[in-house]
Amino acid sequence: MSAKPRVKVPKKAAKGDIIQIKTLISHKMETGTRKDKNGNVIPRNIINKFVCSFNGTEILSAELFPSVAANPYFAFSARATESGTFEFAWSDDDGKTVTATEKITVS
Amino acid sequence: MRTKDKNGLGRRAVLKGAGLGALAVAGAGLTVREAQATPETAAKSLAKHLGGATAKEGKVDLKLPEIAENGRTVPVTITVDSPMTDGDYVKAIHVVADGNPTPEMISFVLSPNAGKAEIATRVRLSKTQNVIAAAVMSDGSVYTGTKQVKVTIGGCGG
Repeated sequence: MSAKPRVKVPKKAAKGDIIQIKTLISHKMETGTRKDKNGNVIPRNIINKFVCSFNGTEILSAELFPSVAANPYFAFSARATESGTFEFAWSDDDGKTVTATEKITVS
Repeated sequence: MRTKDKNGLGRRAVLKGAGLGALAVAGAGLTVREAQATPETAAKSLAKHLGGATAKEGKVDLKLPEIAENGRTVPVTITVDSPMTDGDYVKAIHVVADGNPTPEMISFVLSPNAGKAEIATRVRLSKTQNVIAAAVMSDGSVYTGTKQVKVTIGGCGG
């Protein structure tokens, strides 16, 4: 999990608008059920947690299981209440966390 | 008169025993490959997430392709009929499947500031199966939606 995640948030919105957020991160999401050439099980390594917050308050979070496809993608909404920053965080089984932020101006 | 062998087993009992043995072998074959979710384990895992609340059908719309050619990445959109206000919103959405190696797919926790109870993501489906989403409302009521997807190429390795 090294590549920079891709996050799409509108730069501007009117107060009360419902905006669309899209996120994509590259991760192989190893299920733990696959075997390598020698028949050994490849250990599970998935992103198990995703959190989106706005100015420190959680908007949406997800608990992921191996049934989520590789390179987890999410599209969801948020209500524009004030100008501020969206924070995104993905954590995987290795204990690594990748974060991203995106600013929005609400008028 | 029924013939019995020296262990006191009738012909029928022997046949029944052989049948069970074959079943047990088939079952063992499956577990060696991988654990498998069934409608029962899917329902059980959903019940665990819902903490005993009774679920009603409705309000939850699952958008998935009728036929997924490639089970490795299947787009899914979950929409819940809710105004998403501070007093009436969707608290959580749990998605399970009844034919994957593990029943749980993904669980979401929402706040009223999500504005709209609609989430899109991509999942893996190892074979043709039902995908079930359960939405927990802020008043504690639970609604579910189910969609069957036919899968031509599985997406869980193996």
